[in-house]
Amino acid sequence: MKILVCIKQVPDTTDIKWTEHNTIQREGVESIINPFDVYAIEEALKLKKTHDNVEITVLTMGPAQAEAILRDAIAVGCDNAVLISDRKFAGADTIATAKTISSAIKTKLSGFDLIICGQFAVDGDTAQTGPSIANDLNLPQVTYVKNIERYEEDYIIVKRILDEGTEIVKAKLPALVCVLKGNEEPTRPLINGVIKSQNANIPVYSMVDIGLVENEVGLKGSPTFVRKTFRMILSREHQMVSSVREVIEKIEEFTK
Amino acid sequence: MSDYKGILIYAEVNKSGYIQPVFFELACKAQELAKIINEPVSAIIMCKPGYTETVKEGFQKCGFDKVYAVEDDRFAEYNTEWFAKAAVDVIKEIKPSIILIGATNQGRDLAPRISSALNTGLTADCTDLDINEDGLLAATRPTFGGKLMATILCKTHPQMASVRPKVFRPLKEDIIKDTEIIYKKPDIDNIENKVELIEFVKFAGDEVNELEYATVVVAGGAGMKGPEGFKMLAELAKLLNGSIGASRAAADLGYSSHDTQIGQTGLTVSPTLYIACGISGAIQHIVGMCDSDKIIAINIDPNAPIFELCDVGYVGDVFEVVPELINYFKNKNST
Repeated sequence: MKILVCIKQVPDTTDIKWTEHNTIQREGVESIINPFDVYAIEEALKLKKTHDNVEITVLTMGPAQAEAILRDAIAVGCDNAVLISDRKFAGADTIATAKTISSAIKTKLSGFDLIICGQFAVDGDTAQTGPSIANDLNLPQVTYVKNIERYEEDYIIVKRILDEGTEIVKAKLPALVCVLKGNEEPTRPLINGVIKSQNANIPVYSMVDIGLVENEVGLKGSPTFVRKTFRMILSREHQMVSSVREVIEKIEEFTK
Repeated sequence: MSDYKGILIYAEVNKSGYIQPVFFELACKAQELAKIINEPVSAIIMCKPGYTETVKEGFQKCGFDKVYAVEDDRFAEYNTEWFAKAAVDVIKEIKPSIILIGATNQGRDLAPRISSALNTGLTADCTDLDINEDGLLAATRPTFGGKLMATILCKTHPQMASVRPKVFRPLKEDIIKDTEIIYKKPDIDNIENKVELIEFVKFAGDEVNELEYATVVVAGGAGMKGPEGFKMLAELAKLLNGSIGASRAAADLGYSSHDTQIGQTGLTVSPTLYIACGISGAIQHIVGMCDSDKIIAINIDPNAPIFELCDVGYVGDVFEVVPELINYFKNKNST
């Protein structure tokens, strides 16, 4: 079984600082692997542990330093990694990102049985890139996946968690799944994994390598663009009270 | 671009067989936007044969000019590829300028599939919509875990947006129109069904909907220290005829189930009263409850950011305060 895991390097959104102009300060913010993608890798590793002949490739699109999360993925047990990187990719929205990743898959990496993505990326929070890749590769998709419960030769059984309830779904392979965060502690780097990750040769593919042209990628290839950004100011009156009695009075006042 | 006219809204039929409430919220907002651009509002529904007729009145009361009803026996259950294909075919035919889809599980599964197939832009999980000076859809959404708001435009047509439930209110008064229903058959015979639903287990007793539409929400964070803390909150919520909610931290720690999670990656609520217990006030959580009419915060840490964001704050130990509140309302309710 060949698995591709698509991961993303994101700024640590719990550690965001503001400039005096209410824009996000980008310098000095730590980059991390998107927390949902950690569990995309976990689901792949679980299949590798329970089945023979499972090969896991991790892919990311990003600047050169995004290579760090690929090496981390190899350190925890993934087999290969690929970086898609080009200055021309800057400013890509979900449509352009999906087109870039799916072109890389088609031209350089085909033959996967299963593609696993995180359900959300914590920076953009769109949940769109996974389904868009599935569309571009003409694959079935299953989103909001909590676990891959079973894998047989040509299908998987997954558990989904939705607002209304849980679903058990059977998906024919090849397919793309988007996974939610799990509860389990993620795999720690393995000693031979770390050695392997340090020595791993990670190919880097540019726009030309994957057969795309400038108006298909980055900001130019993106149907959407950001017109403006602003900080959300939410503060309220915040009257502090000093007794539970007053809390009770306020509850009664507000629910009258 | 001038070929593209009108606003199209997706009427999602949920697993209980009802049209999702977010549809009616979008219907109301769409009327506002339609006035600005002076274009009609229509809806698309994909369902089993005969269903559209049963909900026709709802469409008429929301002022829809047209409803495109794609009915098929195979549409009793949602299927990503079939629904996407059916929707894309209708959209290609009618060429709407704007398409709005509720950012529910299904909406967020379906919308990117449609936008990719049409090669057009889609702005995810919007919390505000407007028309800009050029007559384009200006879609505003939180990014960076809710810390930054971005207003996004789309340079292709149709301009698509998925919209978070509960940010707009449904129509206050009906706009009765003689809605025309246009029936369509989906062209999906060539698409093999590759995803099969084996089992669906509904969350007990519509808890989620209760939470989303509760007038009082008692929510707990990591400060509740465990599931026991949430039992206490549940008791208080019950006494106040409310529902319990949780921060992502509390849900991730397993103190409360993920279907009670409120915030950027959970539900959005706007109750009359929101009582935040042991919640620090991470922006991630705040974006899911900041539209509450009143917010009362109880936290042991006087520096918790929640105290900036509440109407009334009390610095104290939730394990002392909440039992006192329970006692009080228990006595009050029994007299």
